Amino acid sequence: MPDVALTKKDFTSDQEVRWCPGCGDYSILSTMQAFLPELGIPRENIVFISGIGCSSRFPYYLETFGMHSIHGRAPTIASGLAISRPDLTVFVITGDGDALSIGGNHLIHTLRRNVELKILLFNNRIYGLTKGQYSPTSEQGKITKSSPLGSLDTPFNPISLALGAEATFVARSVDSDRKHLTEILRAAAAHKGSALIEIFQNCPIFNEGAFDIVKDNDTKGASLLHLNHGQPIKSETHGLIRENGALKVVALSGVNETDLVIHNAHDDDPAYAFALSRLSGSALDYVPVGIFRDVERAGYGSLVNDQVNEIIAKQGAGDLSQLLNSGDTWIVE
Amino acid sequence: MTKPVVSLAQVTIRFAGDSGDGMQLTGDRFTMDTASLGNDLSTLPNFPAEIRAPAGTVLGVSSFQLHFADHHVQTPGDAPDVLVAMNPAALKANIKDVARGATIIVDKDEFTTRNLAKVGYETNPLDDGSLESYKVHAVGLTSLTVAALSELSLSRKDAERSKNMFALGLLTWMYHRPTESTEIFLKAKFANKPDILEANLLAYRTGWNYGETTEDFSVTYDIAKAQMPPGKYRNISGNSAMAYGLIAASQRSGLKLFLGSYPITPASDILHELSKHKKFGVISFQAEDEIAAIGSALGASYGGALGITTTSGPGVTLKSEMIGLGVMLELPLIIIDVQRGGPSTGLPTKTEQADLLQAMFGRNGESPVAVIAPSHASDCFAIALEAARIATTYRVPVFILSDGYIANGSEPWKIPDIDSLPDMRVEFAKTQEDFLPYLRDPKTLARPWAIPGTKGIEHRIGGLEKADKTGEISYEPANHDLMVRARAAKVAGIEVPDLVVEDPSGDATVLVLGWGSTFGPISAAIEGLRNDGERVAQAHLRYLNPFPKNLGEVLNKYPKVIVPEMNLGQLAMLLRAQFLKDVISFNQVRGLPFTTAELMETTMGVLHA
Ligand SMILES: Cc1ncc(C[n+]2csc(CCOP(=O)(O)OP(=O)(O)O)c2C)c(N)n1
Ligand code: SF4
Ligand SMILES: [Mg+2]
Repeated sequence: MPDVALTKKDFTSDQEVRWCPGCGDYSILSTMQAFLPELGIPRENIVFISGIGCSSRFPYYLETFGMHSIHGRAPTIASGLAISRPDLTVFVITGDGDALSIGGNHLIHTLRRNVELKILLFNNRIYGLTKGQYSPTSEQGKITKSSPLGSLDTPFNPISLALGAEATFVARSVDSDRKHLTEILRAAAAHKGSALIEIFQNCPIFNEGAFDIVKDNDTKGASLLHLNHGQPIKSETHGLIRENGALKVVALSGVNETDLVIHNAHDDDPAYAFALSRLSGSALDYVPVGIFRDVERAGYGSLVNDQVNEIIAKQGAGDLSQLLNSGDTWIVE
Repeated sequence: MTKPVVSLAQVTIRFAGDSGDGMQLTGDRFTMDTASLGNDLSTLPNFPAEIRAPAGTVLGVSSFQLHFADHHVQTPGDAPDVLVAMNPAALKANIKDVARGATIIVDKDEFTTRNLAKVGYETNPLDDGSLESYKVHAVGLTSLTVAALSELSLSRKDAERSKNMFALGLLTWMYHRPTESTEIFLKAKFANKPDILEANLLAYRTGWNYGETTEDFSVTYDIAKAQMPPGKYRNISGNSAMAYGLIAASQRSGLKLFLGSYPITPASDILHELSKHKKFGVISFQAEDEIAAIGSALGASYGGALGITTTSGPGVTLKSEMIGLGVMLELPLIIIDVQRGGPSTGLPTKTEQADLLQAMFGRNGESPVAVIAPSHASDCFAIALEAARIATTYRVPVFILSDGYIANGSEPWKIPDIDSLPDMRVEFAKTQEDFLPYLRDPKTLARPWAIPGTKGIEHRIGGLEKADKTGEISYEPANHDLMVRARAAKVAGIEVPDLVVEDPSGDATVLVLGWGSTFGPISAAIEGLRNDGERVAQAHLRYLNPFPKNLGEVLNKYPKVIVPEMNLGQLAMLLRAQFLKDVISFNQVRGLPFTTAELMETTMGVLHA
């Protein structure tokens, strides 16, 4: 524990923040800076590692250790660090292009291994830094500089992808909802292995209004389906029921509160969380936010280090001279 | 032993057979038994990329060549004195390398009409006279093995599989090798398969007895011990020596060894070897691809470990961007490229040295790294320590350019005394006020190695250009110019030993300059030339970037400099560019090491031009 409790200011670096005015990244940064003191972890034991993209500038603005690496590869660097330094708390900051396009392979393998990393995926559904091309989360038909007639790609749903990749902690939040995002960060920090948090992030320059439906006071009440473990899943107007084995969103007016699905984030079967993830398509009419899945599985770094420690406990620490002198040897007089 | 014994100074034996015939194992065992007798030796395994290429075809032939002698051995030998061919395909694939007068031992049972036709023999070479100028021993290796094992309850197929042990037993008898260590080896290998163990032991002993009793073999051969410096020895391959060197570097530096790797021939054995030694605190991480492999190594290095990645050419290509990041972050990183034939997938199991320019320049921007190369198999131990020294002292990515020949070949190695290894302890940046992550050490030009977990020096680094000293992002034109030059100067200033030139007569006008695995063949050729009374100098580069400080002087001293390389002239290009010296390139890219004969011939041509 640090000698004196740290404050938000202690986690704010002296670098000038350089995102566009109104960018959703600002509120995520501010939420993170305000949240970090609560962890009670000394600044020097926290590391932020990012890839490339607007979002990946994040580490510069935090008074911790940080690395702005190369496009898509942050999970690889962070894995090497987290595995070899289990004493550190390591965050990965990535964008939808960074994590799902160029770095897709690393993301899925990091999640299946369950490396002790907290991965924040800033999803603005666009390539921001390269000035507005469609991304792997852009809706089909999106008009961008590189898709003047509409993009043809079917998008990824990052939550579904993460669940398919055996992730043990998968959540979604929204840039502007400080309170909600803080709760999710808290839960992710408490989770032992990999945590993936998709954060809807507005890019007012190249994808303005992409998440209006879940942010506007007029629509968000109906649209946001809150996932709270042990609580019924519902928005202000709608709720989730099970019908013929499938999940279905219905108007609250038409059902009994007791018919609503009670959220179980610890369900061993990922099919349930996957079904939840499918409720929101590109259109975002009904969007579950919160923790989809939070199950326990040994973290990769601890497995690696346990294996090393066990063999040392059994056979003793390696002796270099013994190693070099092993096998068939002979003496020349 | 009842038969006459002939003393020989040296012998080269090649075991050749189908990929499934166990020729690598047979060769390995013969090698170990030979090493323990005190002969000097050098080996050359040569196998197809396919695990089981179609049986009985020339494509599927796997071979293992061993050269051993009562004196210092430099190469696995140009031409075998003895060829063991387990089938017609093995004979067909290898006969061109066998000098007339040499001994050929074949499994005559395999020379069936069908097998002969498969490889395009119209008549049986065993009786059409085409092998008249060789000493041919046509032995029923298969039938004799099967007959010997008939008492065991084995299928015929399983019994046949022991024929390599029969052949090994026969050769062991012929060359007076000890049998104990192979018996111990087999007992350990088949501890859980008593049937197979019994079959192998029986075949091995029957092969030995066959030599002793049959009239086909009338003499045996003895090769006296080689004169080697006193000490304790073992036989070691390049890849094993590399793994041991890395562990030694970790132990001597006190740094945790972190290997990030993705399997690729011929580098995988380093990953396999290191994975066996977790009790040294070794972390071996088999990543999802080469990018993740080097990324994890760089991440570990950032955290204060000895970060290493092992690969071959195609993997280096994938790692390029991360190496560039390593250059920018100025962190220690070791990249081991066990070169193979390229481009693209190329010749996965064959050797080549064509990645030198890739290692030097295969990245965007001005991106200097250190490049060093081992000269022979056991030199990999020392080169690994050297790579760690450079990487940790100068905080820079270091390439080790090994190759398939060095990696798989083996030789006796005088086991070093641990206390003779360098002290490689490093210092991390300590807690301090106003920490400057890019403040350079005036001597080495290295920046501090500032690892997470150190209070008060929290800072951010990244691939964007850094401001001098502070390490903050900078787009300043003058700063970029300064930093590009600083990174270049740092690598150029790495301290490396001077190049040693061997010029016994002192008045040679021709220098043969090599690098990497050509050391053995070049040395053998030079020795041959000098024995013939020629005056010729030899030097070998272990440091390719930076070059030794005296290299320019050496090049100037010799009017003619021959540069043999297993590529189309990559070192020659660097020498010409840097020293304006018109060196004479001698190149071949056959996927095999140079032969002593071709190097002698080329050098003779230059000597007497
Ligand atoms: C190897 C490589 N390819 C391409 C780029 C160019 N590039 C930089 S950021 C980026 C996309 C970023 O999109 P995203 O990850 O969604 O981040 P955002 O800017 O939207 O936060 C691209 C294509 C690069 N830096 N490196
Ligand atoms: S381009 Fe978009 S994502 Fe990037 S900083 Fe500007 S607003 Fe933010
Ligand atoms: Mg984006």
